[in-house]
Amino acid sequence: MRKLQCAKDEASLAPWAGRGNPHFHETFCRITAINVKRGLVGTDERRDVMAETGVLTAHDLAKRQREISVAEFFTKNRHLLGFDNPKRALLSAVKEAVDNSLDACEEARILPTVEVAVRQLAEDRFVIKVRDNGPGILKSQVPRIFGKLLYGSKFHRLRMARGQQGIGISAAGMYGQLTTAKPTTVISRCSASKPAYKCQLFIDSRTNEPKVVAEEEIQWDIERGTEVEIELLARYQKGRQSVDEYLYETFLANPHLTLRYQPPEGEPVSYERITEKLPAQPKEIRPHPYGVELGALLEIAERTKARNVKTFLMTEFCRVSERVATELLQKAGLPDTLRPSRLKRPEGEKLIEAIAQTKIMAPPSDCIVPIGEQYLQSTLESLVKADFYTAVTRSPSVYRGNPFLVEAALAYGGELPLDEPARVLRFANRVPLLYQQSACAITRSIATTVWKSYGVQQPGGSLPVGPLLIAVHIASVWVPFTSESKEAIAHYDEIIKEMKLALQECGRRLGRHIRKGRREAEAQRKRSYIEKYIPHIGIALRELLDLSEEQERRVCTRLGELLERSRS
Amino acid sequence: MADIVKKLKETGKDVYDRAIQGKKPSLSFPVRSLSNVKYHPKRGFFEIRGSRTTRTFSYATVKTFAQTLRMISESKKLVETDDLATKREVYYISKNWADARFDEQAESDTVMDDIEAMYGVNREQLGFIPEEKGGEVAGRLFIIDRDRDTGRRLRIDCTRFGSGAYSIPISVEHLDFETNAKFILAIETAGMFQRLAKHNFWRRADCILISMGGVPTRACRRFIRRLSEIKKLPVYAFVDGDPYGFCNIYRTLKVGSGNAVHINQYFCVPEARFLGVTPQDIIDYELPTHPLKDVDIKRAKDALKNDPFFKYYKEWQQALEQMIEMQVRAEQQAFAKHALNHVIDVYLPEKLAHPEKFLP
Repeated sequence: MRKLQCAKDEASLAPWAGRGNPHFHETFCRITAINVKRGLVGTDERRDVMAETGVLTAHDLAKRQREISVAEFFTKNRHLLGFDNPKRALLSAVKEAVDNSLDACEEARILPTVEVAVRQLAEDRFVIKVRDNGPGILKSQVPRIFGKLLYGSKFHRLRMARGQQGIGISAAGMYGQLTTAKPTTVISRCSASKPAYKCQLFIDSRTNEPKVVAEEEIQWDIERGTEVEIELLARYQKGRQSVDEYLYETFLANPHLTLRYQPPEGEPVSYERITEKLPAQPKEIRPHPYGVELGALLEIAERTKARNVKTFLMTEFCRVSERVATELLQKAGLPDTLRPSRLKRPEGEKLIEAIAQTKIMAPPSDCIVPIGEQYLQSTLESLVKADFYTAVTRSPSVYRGNPFLVEAALAYGGELPLDEPARVLRFANRVPLLYQQSACAITRSIATTVWKSYGVQQPGGSLPVGPLLIAVHIASVWVPFTSESKEAIAHYDEIIKEMKLALQECGRRLGRHIRKGRREAEAQRKRSYIEKYIPHIGIALRELLDLSEEQERRVCTRLGELLERSRS
Repeated sequence: MADIVKKLKETGKDVYDRAIQGKKPSLSFPVRSLSNVKYHPKRGFFEIRGSRTTRTFSYATVKTFAQTLRMISESKKLVETDDLATKREVYYISKNWADARFDEQAESDTVMDDIEAMYGVNREQLGFIPEEKGGEVAGRLFIIDRDRDTGRRLRIDCTRFGSGAYSIPISVEHLDFETNAKFILAIETAGMFQRLAKHNFWRRADCILISMGGVPTRACRRFIRRLSEIKKLPVYAFVDGDPYGFCNIYRTLKVGSGNAVHINQYFCVPEARFLGVTPQDIIDYELPTHPLKDVDIKRAKDALKNDPFFKYYKEWQQALEQMIEMQVRAEQQAFAKHALNHVIDVYLPEKLAHPEKFLP
């Protein structure tokens, strides 16, 4: 694989490739696939002939082949990041900024207060401004964080966070600069004792380097925090896929967040935190052997400080004890004393095979922090007036060596619409997902759960229909999205299985509620029979037998008693 | 009359007494269905086997209980005042019953049939009359009736209705007959009846034509029964060649129905025989056909499996099986393919020459 320029730069700043995350390959293979082209090999004579006929030779092609920067690549493939249309661009820009703010606050153990403003400048021209009370960003890091794609603190670690690749906020800035030719403005301050630093910057899309156009120290009435402002081509629209909805759902999934929002039109909106308790700090973990692929394994081996392959396995991966390491090496037929740097492809393949054949303890689960049943349920309670709420948090599980955890909650009845497909709220690491519902593993899990047995209608193979709202949250050190715009969760069997188990538990509870409701309605209906029908029996008997009014009343009373006593 | 009123009151008394004693009242009816009939040609009609259902007062039955008792009460009023109400009128009377009213006439008809069966009487005896007409008659027959106002004897000549016909009244018990016809031809459709009447087929064949208009009403069945019995006339049925014509129209004419199991004895024509259209006729006369629908096939198979009448006669089983195998049906009017009067000039004379070959 040819390394990209930016990748090299980053490697010098942080050991980026070291963690062997499988998604690292997925992301970059896609980029380099465009870069790597195979040339034709031919003799000079042939080359002449081909030149005349317009056929290109390897040499001609070589002249055209050059490096593509990640920034350049994303300029042309902005849909991968969620900037494919003006409406979605507005949402994506806000989302990236807010996600970053929340991650930063939580990591610094600060209760987040985030202010979002969206201002309309012209028909299709907007400015978004997101300000947090987070730890701030060092002056030297500001340009790289906002002016360089694939730069960040999160990609290299296996740790539950909202952002993953370090693409988001700089991509938003780049989209802004592409569509309006305006720079991204950042103000940040790390403490009250330090001045605030303001900077305006562009991204050089060819080199993927930040280009600072103005910087200064300013007076800022904020003690600590970061503010980012981006002007961009966009469209503002309310509804299920709007900035408004995104912010609201973000608040629902983050009960410790205070959020103030000034929409382009209308009154400001304010959400106050429900709890002062920050979610537990997710722990960072080493990769689990089950998730490692050959290339990643070799790269980790190249970089490790371990002197032999046994120590290498025990220090670079989680859940590899001495016993497991010995077993792995035995199965792979490798000596314990082998130097990791001597671990090449054939040895690596043997090792990967040995991993597959060995039972290794699941990765630790304290690295993922759920929202919690209680908060999930109160979230739904604040969202809709319903008759029934429930929430389930599953215990952690593993897909491809990555621990993850699923939570599901549902609300039923009340003011929810009767005859529409269930409304679905999807969350990944506390981030609401608003696009690509049908491509998402959450939707698939809901649609393949059999809701009929819980008393809810369901047209074959689709979402259940009824007064139903379903929320599903997946938390993981690495949430597998189907694309970098992070809108749909990939269909891993293990994930779908966990989601279905959570949904089924919710469903069973719902089923009990619905059945209870039906029994009560039935009892009510039966009681009404006494008033509805028995008087007619009285009338008929009076007419037939010339009964007195007293007799008629008596027989009606008796019949009513008889019914109440009867079971059926 | 007093007799029926007494019976109605007894039902009310029983319900009342049990309720006052704190016991659940119940109503009991014969089961009205084919499963509760037996057939023997000596007796000639679908006889009741004796199964009964008992409707005990409960949440599930309270509504029907109220409706049944209210209808019994209506019946008592009608009989006592010597009045009549049509089935449709009874349905409308129930609209006064608030929550106990009938939503569809089919519901009130069912309750009426239950009451009828409960007392083993004809609905006319309860003061209820049907809507539908009884059928039409043309041919060599004098009907002896009474003038409604004067009570004078009326002698109605059924040859003298011109392009019209005599209409069978709802009640036929008081009628008398004079005729020298040789047989009665009972015809399914009004269209075929018109053709035969218009061309005075009754004169050529020396017969009485009766149009049934689909499944014959009770009045029509009773009329044919009395006429054939009093005048010792054979009855030949001429209906469409399809499972409905065999299993519903002809079967009901001859032996009655499962639904009216309690009164079949009076409302059937055991002497009736089946002239056509038979499955074999479809082949012999090269009739144009329609494919059998799923409901037709189901009807025929049901009859073979569950209908005591068809289970009794081998000839009929063969005919039904032949039809199922042919997968087609033919209507009476299909003879028009050959010529409009082909049925008069060829089909009926040929068939009538051999009544012994008719299906039972």
